[in-house]
Amino acid sequence: MSIDDVAPTATAWTTGRIISKELPTPATVRLRLHVDDRMRHRPGQHYLLRLRAPDDYTAQRSYSVASDDSDPLLELLVEKLPGGEVSEFLAEVAEVGDVLEMRGPIGRWFTWDVRTPALCLVGGTGVVPAIAMSRAARHAGAPDLLRVLAVGRSPEETPYDDELRRFGATVTYTRHATGTRPAGPPSAAELAPLLDGIELAFVCGSSRFAGLAEALLMECGLSPSMIRVEQFGATG
Amino acid sequence: MPVTRGFVRRRPDGPEGRLPPGQYDTGSGWPVLTAEATPRISPDTWKITVDGLVDHPTSWTWDEVHQLSRSTYTGDIHCVTTWSKFDVAFTGVSVDVLLEAATPRPEAAFVMAHSSTGYTTNLPLSDVTGGKAWVVWDHGGKPLAREHGGPVRLLVPHLYFWKSAKWISRLELMAHDQPGFWERNGYHDRGDPWLEQRYQGD
Repeated sequence: MSIDDVAPTATAWTTGRIISKELPTPATVRLRLHVDDRMRHRPGQHYLLRLRAPDDYTAQRSYSVASDDSDPLLELLVEKLPGGEVSEFLAEVAEVGDVLEMRGPIGRWFTWDVRTPALCLVGGTGVVPAIAMSRAARHAGAPDLLRVLAVGRSPEETPYDDELRRFGATVTYTRHATGTRPAGPPSAAELAPLLDGIELAFVCGSSRFAGLAEALLMECGLSPSMIRVEQFGATG
Repeated sequence: MPVTRGFVRRRPDGPEGRLPPGQYDTGSGWPVLTAEATPRISPDTWKITVDGLVDHPTSWTWDEVHQLSRSTYTGDIHCVTTWSKFDVAFTGVSVDVLLEAATPRPEAAFVMAHSSTGYTTNLPLSDVTGGKAWVVWDHGGKPLAREHGGPVRLLVPHLYFWKSAKWISRLELMAHDQPGFWERNGYHDRGDPWLEQRYQGD
């Protein structure tokens, strides 16, 4: 039976308890939660998280899941946005033991089936679904099916930097030079070797990043029908 | 459901009666959310077709659609990801005008909106008729930006914005409802923001 058969299409609100909380990079908070009545998920899916004030005011946001389906806890990595009503609460107020309203998994498009040769071209906190996919690939004993090119500002500011490298991802930094590479965005020459044989490309990051990533993939000859996008952030 | 320890409201209420449940005012921002690569579509080659269960399947080019009687929607829009944007103005042509030319057959009860990318979203015919839906190319007096669906998108402001298909190219009239892209991928079949019809199961 594949995960396609067991990941639910309809979901209901439930609750999750924070089991661990870390601030792994200056701008992110990582939560690991025990979710009541948790349903199975495909890598790339997201969960909703809803906060409720004493006057019954609620705020809900959607976050990609970093953990794979075999993990007993659900892991979320949330970018702390200046003035972000939900993200600042999670980073500054929430504590281990707190109970949050949760709903998921949601989304059946930006998901990987752990069978199709695929590439993740991801930037910033957009690395999160690539982490779920790489963990699923490792768990399935098929890490060769997934290639990852991740883009961050510097090693310190790139979520899951160590884990990405251990997986064999190409990690490039826009504002940090390494011994082998100057600071800057990834080039077509860096991307092209990762595309051989892939059937799908997952792009995740800010709107600006997604625009650059799509252009780079098409420059390398990928057809738009092979590209799936998850972007976040605002334009003017 | 439990109150979240330590959480208090930080955003203002928004204009009276204009913010659907669970939504916040995104102010001057306009988040971009798409599932696919953003296409580059030239007005020179763009066209829109109304077909399916109609007596006169009809297509309009960019120049032809601009010859039709225009109208402007001024009001609010609501995205399922919980932002709302107030007092936007889109100009284009009412879907009523396109349907009048194509003449839906009596059995037509649903519409599938198709984008040139392959994206689809389904709507009851009653949600796009009676002055409730537009095909628009102008936002705030300027050409609609590519990332927001330019050159031309569908606008169905009383439903969550995934129903307002970007890069619209075809309205297909159908007798029976069929789920479109997001509706197959976990979202609600209709998407009324005031009823919080966000996901399957709502």
